[in-house]
Amino acid sequence: MTTLDSSKEIQKNNSEVNEKHEDFRMFGLITFLIADGMTFAGFFAAYLTYKAVNPLPDGAIYELELPIPTLNTILLLVSSATFHKAGKALLKDKNSESQKWLFFTAFLGIIFLICQLFEYFHLPFGLTDNLFASTFYALTGFHGLHVTLGTLMILIIAWQSRIKSGRLTSQNMFPLEAVELYWHFVDGIWVILFIILYLL
Amino acid sequence: MTISIDPQKTNNESLQPKGWLRYFSFSLDHKVIGIQYLVCGFLFYLIGGTLASAIRIELASPMSDFMPRDVYNQVLTLHGTIMIFLWIVPVVNGAFGNYLIPFYVGARDMAFPRLNAVAFWLIPPSGLMLVASYFVDGAAQAGWTAYPPLSITTPQSGQIIWILSVLLLGGSSIFGGINFIATIIKLRRPGLKLMQLPMYCWAMLGTSLLVVLSTPVLAGTLILLSFDIIANTGFFNPVLGGNVVVYQHLFWFYSHPAVYIMVLPAFGLVSEILPVHARKPLFGYTTMVFSIMGIVVLGLVVWAHHMFTSGTPPWMRLFFTIATAFIAVPTGIKFFNWVATLWGGKISINSAMLFSCGFIINFVFGGITGVALAQVPFDIHVHDTYFVVAHFHYIVYGGTVFIIFSSIYHWFPKVTGKMLNEKLGILHFIITFIGFNLCFAPQHWLGLNGMPRRVAEYDPQFQFVNQISSLGALLMAISTIPFLINVFLSVRNGKDAGDNPWNALTPEWLTSSPPPVENWEGEAPLVVEPYGYGKEISERK
Repeated sequence: MTTLDSSKEIQKNNSEVNEKHEDFRMFGLITFLIADGMTFAGFFAAYLTYKAVNPLPDGAIYELELPIPTLNTILLLVSSATFHKAGKALLKDKNSESQKWLFFTAFLGIIFLICQLFEYFHLPFGLTDNLFASTFYALTGFHGLHVTLGTLMILIIAWQSRIKSGRLTSQNMFPLEAVELYWHFVDGIWVILFIILYLL
Repeated sequence: MTISIDPQKTNNESLQPKGWLRYFSFSLDHKVIGIQYLVCGFLFYLIGGTLASAIRIELASPMSDFMPRDVYNQVLTLHGTIMIFLWIVPVVNGAFGNYLIPFYVGARDMAFPRLNAVAFWLIPPSGLMLVASYFVDGAAQAGWTAYPPLSITTPQSGQIIWILSVLLLGGSSIFGGINFIATIIKLRRPGLKLMQLPMYCWAMLGTSLLVVLSTPVLAGTLILLSFDIIANTGFFNPVLGGNVVVYQHLFWFYSHPAVYIMVLPAFGLVSEILPVHARKPLFGYTTMVFSIMGIVVLGLVVWAHHMFTSGTPPWMRLFFTIATAFIAVPTGIKFFNWVATLWGGKISINSAMLFSCGFIINFVFGGITGVALAQVPFDIHVHDTYFVVAHFHYIVYGGTVFIIFSSIYHWFPKVTGKMLNEKLGILHFIITFIGFNLCFAPQHWLGLNGMPRRVAEYDPQFQFVNQISSLGALLMAISTIPFLINVFLSVRNGKDAGDNPWNALTPEWLTSSPPPVENWEGEAPLVVEPYGYGKEISERK
């Protein structure tokens, strides 16, 4: 041991250094999600500034129909709960139950995306019609990209959880926990987006 | 939950090439990645420097006779982008951060080695893509700021490649930032407290926080800008009802912190170098830590001082002027701490020390012009003139690049086990220092007299001063020659350095030079007082 000084505390701590360390993958993921959240914060700031200072041309439509996005909000909130259920089931080593909940969560995500596309096709404005339309599509599109990636990741971990000795087990919960945190994050962003874009 | 490390898995020693070939591999060793960053960054520095020389040759005469005007615009855009995103940010963060931070926290590698390698390998392709865009219908012409509507109306292909390249480099920077935060916070050796870390760790922690909080906003902004260019949307296009000032706000929300991303690590590095060569403890450790964190917080809320001529309302001008002036306080604290570290020290005049002292002198100059630029009446007068160019280069060249060279002289023995030649080093410093000041000091005068930046032609009355400036640029270009000769000669047959040629106390010197693959032969040493110079070992805490 090469130290410049030698207090007792240090000697005590020296055993097993570098053989094992704390799992900080979750810490890294949270840092990444903060960064990702800042991208959305930038978009929201731009949208709110436009709303405050840039008048839309006459006859521009900026009122949105509420039923589909409200349904979407409920879908995502429910999917967060079902994801949580999947985690609890896996913790009790009930792999097939966990997998069922995961597939259900992914199903809700896909329904969300279908509803989103349905809304896109029935809106009275296109991407380049006016500033509101462009920001609307940019914001919901960027969020939809996140939902798509999340759904794909859920399908992957659902596949991984199929057997008890596989990559995703109650001993190695990290993949599920990571995707779950990401999914809750995407949910939270949607709630903010729903309030700012549809309700405000 | 704990993970056990399998050395075969984390470092894959047996699978990686040996010798110089490992620098071209997807190596997970933080020391290899650090050198990859440094050498790759230096190659781009040579390209960016060539472009800078081209700019100064053009400006030696008032007419645009060396190159056509649109080529001049491309050259200045590439120069700015390459120097910032491919030289200064990767080197001062990625190169020195990767090499030193694991030593400083007593770890065997970074927290996420694979992410680390990915972050590096994003850089060469995006850099090459950026340079190659010159040959595909011309590079971007809108400057490194890419302000719309200019960036929307200039030729599209170059601008789109520029955006893609900056997005990739931003991604690399974010991955690096996440890695540094996790390494410093989570991977510290047991028993090592935060307030015992070498100052560079604090600087990198602050820098990485800025990277993680502000770079994503730039990414989002550039995505919107690319929509404007490709898909004909109108986010930033006034013709389609958009708002250019929103772009400026979002852009400077990243790009003002980017100045601190470029200069805070340099603050950390100089705080490592000065105590070693002055044989004195770093003065005011705690104030140093708090001023770094103060700069991080304030650095996030001063961006609009770049936009005083963009129709900013009076309250905004007032707020951002005051906030900017406040940054002078923590920066001043750091400056006086460095001077106090030198005061009464046993100073050895070597290349590392000279470059660090050059940094202090240049940086105080750039800092003073920075405070001046924060004042609205003055800023409106010199906005977009050569005064801004001079101020900016005093910060990033006179500040950061001087520290990069100082750090190379300081850590070269660590990396290679050989000493650099001191005579060539001092020659390098003298030519750089004279050339730099000759090049940029006269530009303050040019700016005050109204010479606009980013224009290939100028009023003939400015010709003489511009020629002085170009002479300085020539000296700066020449100054690279003794440095390159020095490095090549010393790598091959330099004097053997031994493990710790400077008798330094920071942890990276407490292992062999060059270090073994996993940094320490046995346990990592615990250094609770990295700056305990001038004290007997028994006196140290």
